[in-house]
Amino acid sequence: MIALLRRDLTLAVRAGGGFGLGLAFFLIVVVLVPFGVGPEAAVLSRIAPGILWVAALLAALLSLDRIFALDFEDGTLPLLATSPLPLEGVTLIKGIAHWITTGLPLTLAAPALGFLLNLEMSAYVWLLASLALGTPALSMIGTFGAALTVGLRRGGLLMSLLVLPLYVPTLIFGAEAVRRGALGLDATTPLLMLAGITLGSFALLPFAASSALRVNLR
Amino acid sequence: MIPDLGNYAAEVMAAYGLSILLLVGIVAVSLRRGRKVRTQLADVETRRDRANV
Amino acid sequence: MSIWEYANPKKFIATTTPLVPWVLGVAIACLVVGLFWGFFLTPDDFRQGSTVKIIYLHVPAALMAINAWFMMLLASLVWLVRRHHVSALAARAAAPVGIVMTLIALITGAIWGQPMWGTWWAWDPRLTSFLILFLFYLGYIALWEAIEDPDTAADLTSVLCIVGSVFAVLSRYAVNFWNQGLHQGTSVPVATGERTISDVFFVPLVICMVGFGLLFLALVMVRTQTEIRVRRMRALEMRMRS
Repeated sequence: MIALLRRDLTLAVRAGGGFGLGLAFFLIVVVLVPFGVGPEAAVLSRIAPGILWVAALLAALLSLDRIFALDFEDGTLPLLATSPLPLEGVTLIKGIAHWITTGLPLTLAAPALGFLLNLEMSAYVWLLASLALGTPALSMIGTFGAALTVGLRRGGLLMSLLVLPLYVPTLIFGAEAVRRGALGLDATTPLLMLAGITLGSFALLPFAASSALRVNLR
Repeated sequence: MIPDLGNYAAEVMAAYGLSILLLVGIVAVSLRRGRKVRTQLADVETRRDRANV
Repeated sequence: MSIWEYANPKKFIATTTPLVPWVLGVAIACLVVGLFWGFFLTPDDFRQGSTVKIIYLHVPAALMAINAWFMMLLASLVWLVRRHHVSALAARAAAPVGIVMTLIALITGAIWGQPMWGTWWAWDPRLTSFLILFLFYLGYIALWEAIEDPDTAADLTSVLCIVGSVFAVLSRYAVNFWNQGLHQGTSVPVATGERTISDVFFVPLVICMVGFGLLFLALVMVRTQTEIRVRRMRALEMRMRS
């Protein structure tokens, strides 16, 4: 399992696997928003939590179809499916690898972009915490979506349609945590819910994703 | 015949109109597709029977 | 004699064909009576005026929108566990009916909200959850349409339906947490056995609910038959070509 994780990470970083792409997308979305809504600092700081979360979510979505597509095309996926490693483990590793290559950089970059949007000082801790707790769920849900659509031509658009509704609870709790942080309120409840979603999806979604993969490899 | 709907006549009528339109629509689509597929299937089955003879 | 006998496609068609006209007929009768009663014979509410009449469409449609998803969930589970094709096809047949019900609930809600709350759309928990339900239906139908092989499609959509159900419930709670709404509580709380509306409104409402339910049943039967025939036609054509 560790070897698979290491392989996925090196592939993602090395061969133009879209490692920096998600980050760049995140940056561009955040930069575009002030052009759309105007430069008033008060407005920006009010909508900053939502913008940062939605942008992070879209950036994570962008690289989802790579999770299985490359392995599916070059025939690695059937090999992984017949290897002694359970397929549930493989999907779990794929989800973790996706998080390390997109979710983690997004989390680390988010505070810097918070400055651009005039985010309240008190919200930075909550922004970091909520993204760190929430983006793993985004990766795992996305892995499930990618497993559903792996065999399809033009699967990318369909996958967004399937995955985005599943992202709703994560987005709500994540943005709510930051918003409460910005207002100086206690944000532990949404953070706990966020952690619950992440743990739940890591516990259950590998099974759903691997059963979908098995169907697609049949 | 039409009861006095007060100030909200337009809203009530629009709600009833749109909903009934949608309901009739889904019923019509379902029935028509069912009929079409049934004749197509009969067609395919007779062709198969002829081929088997 | 067990219920699983109806999982045989031929048996299913043979049993449902004589039933469809009756169920459809009773459904339409219930709807005509219920809506007529609701529209012409009920008094206006003292606060809501005549807009209270919209309830006869809004509540039954919302009820069936959720029940349709629930039925799809059950059918998906049956397909995954017992591999009866009729079950998977019934789930597929129910989805478009469910999305129409969701749409009716959303539209009538918006039309009612305009004079009552002064806005077509409010990001109220109930409204938002229905919008999310609508998105789930869209994704489910899109996945069915996208996959060529019928068994693969049935498997994948079943998995999606189950995961989607979990997340739909989760969204409902998340949305509740996110915004306390304008929407009034349920008019017919089943669990407590009480109700918050008077008999004048209640009787036609129940008739409409029965009508919507039977209409859904009839449509699912017709559409499942259609799906079975499409499957059979495709299989025959494949065999003839080879």
